[in-house]
Amino acid sequence: MSTPYTTIIGLEVHVQLATQSKLFCGCPAQFGAEPNTQTCPVCMGLPGSLPVMNRAAYELSLKTAVALHCEIPTFTKWDRKQYFYPDLPKGYQISQFDLPMSANGYMKISDDKGRFEPKKVGITRAHLEEDAGKSIHDEVTGKADSEIDLNRTGTPLLEIVSEPDMRSSAEARAYLQELKLLLTYIGVSDCNMQEGSLRVDANVNLHLETPVGHVATPIVEIKNMNSFRAVQQALDYEAKRQYRVWQETGQKLGDSPKQTRGWDDATGKTMAQRSKEESSDYRYFPDPDLVPVRTTAERVEEVRAALGELPADLRTRLTATHGLSAYDADVLVNQGPDIVKYFLLAAETSGDYKGACNWVTQDILRSVKEQDVAIDQFAVSALQLAALITAINDGQLPKPRAKEVFELMLVDRMDVAAAINTLGIEQVDESALVTLCQDLLRANPKIVADVQNGKHQAIGPLVGQAKKKNPNADPGRVREICLELVARGE
Amino acid sequence: MSLINSTATEALDLLAKGQITSVALTSAYLQRIADTDDQIGAFLRVDADAALARAAQIDQRRQAKQPLGKLAGLPVAVKDVLCDSQTQTTCGSQMLASYRPPYDATVVARLKSADAVLLGRTNMDEFAMGGSTENSAFQLTRNPWDLNRTPGGSSGGAAACVAAGMTPLSIGSDTGGSIRQPAGLCGVVGLKPTYGRVSRYGLVAFASSLDQVGPLAANTTDAALLLEAIAGHDTQDATSLDAPVPRFSAEIDRPLTGLRIGVVREHFTTGLDGEIEHAVRRALDVYQSQGATIKEISLPHSKYAVATYYVIAPSEASSNLARYDGVHYGHRTDRAELLDELATEQKELESAGDREALKNIDNGLVRMYRRSRAEGFGPEVKRRIMLGAYALSAGYYDAYYLKGLKVRRLIRQDFDAAFQQVDLIAGPVTAQAAFKLGEMAGDPLAMYLVDLYTVSANLAGLPGISLPCGFTQSGLPIGLQLQAPPLAEDTLLRGARMYEQATEWHKKKVPI
Repeated sequence: MSTPYTTIIGLEVHVQLATQSKLFCGCPAQFGAEPNTQTCPVCMGLPGSLPVMNRAAYELSLKTAVALHCEIPTFTKWDRKQYFYPDLPKGYQISQFDLPMSANGYMKISDDKGRFEPKKVGITRAHLEEDAGKSIHDEVTGKADSEIDLNRTGTPLLEIVSEPDMRSSAEARAYLQELKLLLTYIGVSDCNMQEGSLRVDANVNLHLETPVGHVATPIVEIKNMNSFRAVQQALDYEAKRQYRVWQETGQKLGDSPKQTRGWDDATGKTMAQRSKEESSDYRYFPDPDLVPVRTTAERVEEVRAALGELPADLRTRLTATHGLSAYDADVLVNQGPDIVKYFLLAAETSGDYKGACNWVTQDILRSVKEQDVAIDQFAVSALQLAALITAINDGQLPKPRAKEVFELMLVDRMDVAAAINTLGIEQVDESALVTLCQDLLRANPKIVADVQNGKHQAIGPLVGQAKKKNPNADPGRVREICLELVARGE
Repeated sequence: MSLINSTATEALDLLAKGQITSVALTSAYLQRIADTDDQIGAFLRVDADAALARAAQIDQRRQAKQPLGKLAGLPVAVKDVLCDSQTQTTCGSQMLASYRPPYDATVVARLKSADAVLLGRTNMDEFAMGGSTENSAFQLTRNPWDLNRTPGGSSGGAAACVAAGMTPLSIGSDTGGSIRQPAGLCGVVGLKPTYGRVSRYGLVAFASSLDQVGPLAANTTDAALLLEAIAGHDTQDATSLDAPVPRFSAEIDRPLTGLRIGVVREHFTTGLDGEIEHAVRRALDVYQSQGATIKEISLPHSKYAVATYYVIAPSEASSNLARYDGVHYGHRTDRAELLDELATEQKELESAGDREALKNIDNGLVRMYRRSRAEGFGPEVKRRIMLGAYALSAGYYDAYYLKGLKVRRLIRQDFDAAFQQVDLIAGPVTAQAAFKLGEMAGDPLAMYLVDLYTVSANLAGLPGISLPCGFTQSGLPIGLQLQAPPLAEDTLLRGARMYEQATEWHKKKVPI
């Protein structure tokens, strides 16, 4: 790095867990319903109502924490985080303070373009909490009225806090991508940033070596980043801004309270928000309405055993056992669990991982993207793809014509056999091929002369003519036979 | 003999045999309410029409030989702290003066499914904070034995209406003594169940780890009957205990053999009124004459109980009452007045040139919170919110709340050790008989000390009962408190019934 500073980044990610119902009541937790239609006395915080933990939410968070290599304490409890806000109807949020359900994990990140060395990012803790509602500020009408939608109130959130282990915006982005991948693999969240099921806050400051020694700049928390790209841009902007401010003011960590800044996508800048000073005392205390949750070591092992193959393990298996390149493995695995499931079925059925990888990462992904369909709705099923690969490998289908077959499978939804049949593809007998080449050479003495003079590429037009005479002729083989015949002087 | 002179258990029998109707019974109690409650003030609201309609419906179902619940046709009064979708739930507060919940508390739902006839809602200290019912935002309740005196609190209305014969059965809630203390001061039976025995779902929270709903009645058998109807596991309350509910009323007449009663040394110290001490000692004599052994025990940490209670209860209350902020329901300050106030302040600060203050002036939302809560809550509620917010603040949490939790554990351990040696603990309910209305108005600390003998059961989660054990020379009731190990309500009730069978105190009628 050529910058005169090191950027220190930690990320706080809020993930909405994919449960049917909310964390402490039976209301549906789905996004997009009419405002205030998914509410009950509990999530509205009405007098007398009481929370009861949704076991499914705890199980999903346990699964996530185990996948993040976290320690799972045998005892965890609920705390109330207290502050006044209109979209927080109880005046407190049920969260976890000093005894979170998991801590001290890690996740590995790497970059296929080699912009940074592979590294482990520490996970400080992951804890479960309820979401607040949504405030809708009606500024258009000029009445300055605000409306509250409590549909989201009480939906389960897992807050995953990383150690400040990242040193560049590229590392931060890789962390987010790997985390999202992991969460979708294990099926705990849809991680849809637009619908708010994955939200990112970043803590960032700079470390500088100066003539007077090691200096850290004040930590800034960045909020309001709505895409991974925005996170990367905001971090880059913020690092430069902090360096400039440090040069101007010399302010160090501890000289000013932690600042919160909001990212503005339109201007590409972070803007100062309200200082955290005044709201820092949340008066946390254990929620007396809820009972602590106990988890045995046996239960944790059961969850670990049931996790299945995680992205990092799958990459290792594809390279070490099935001979894919690291790049290919990365491209495949990063497509997410649905594509990977498709790939694995095609690869396992055909026994050709490399072949399946080529088809999936090229033709299949392109077609899926063009058609904008989910892979399980795609015209060519994984088993059909496996049949296609097998036909090629068995020699039933000359490789050069495979794309034509694939097109028919894709467009006309034919199976492999029907497509081969329709195209009239059949094996060409070797002796027929030799006869064909001999005829062609005889008819083109100029080309023969050129080849004899060492211009091997002159054979090209003959390959084209051969294909016209017999579409099933393998162009590679035609080329080889022709060159051989010329060399033998026939 | 008027119908209201029979016990709930007797009335239930008469109803079952078809000798009386629920309409007749309900009418008799409604008549008694109409005759006496303008002097007492026990009820905040009585819905006579709804009660009579309900009674008629139950009578019809009985005639049609349809299955009926276990309280079928019996009138029950409910403290105005339990949600009922058919009426307001005010908690004695301006904050909720017109609040009507959209759902039934589990206890209310169980009363309805037991075919009880709900007469109306009883007065209480605001959000159950107080020991005299004087903290009600709406009205005073008077002690039926002496109209110049308090019925106790916070379930003052719930106890007074039973004492005055306005209902055979009544539901209260007890966070630090709020059922037992008014029962004691009004000469009725009041029982606080084991924490978790009765669902808190729909009980508007004061202090969640201490609150319990319980029965009040003129005698122990009726209290047992009511407890049976409301007790039991509830999946909507995570702190509810999944334990079977014995048929308390069926077993209650069976005396306890070899009963060992503990008498707490620390209970009989300075401050305990001589007449009360005398009555309690006489009660112990009664037990002894029935074959019980009396054993002196020590609860060494009981001297910290009131202090611990007044850290933990307000801490929880400060959090539980945060939701009353004027946003979603309940009292909200007048918008125009609020905006006027802010504009005036702004102008004053501008003309004074006070920039710092101008910068810190409330926005509309914050001022709405401040004014709504200032207007909606009474002084005692505000005092406890401030106490609790302070005890939970950063820098004070360890010294107050956390220490409170530790002492609470020690108090519970004292009881666990004591119950190794005895089956029940007996003692006074209060140190004094009913005090005069207004007597403690200027002295909140003296009012807190009224809870001296009752708060320990809440801190330890134990069941406790108050039952009549005599009268002062001036004619005020005296209560005897029994406490039992967790979930030993059956022992508690049978022990209380043993005493009741040997005495006549519970049969004495109020002078009005």
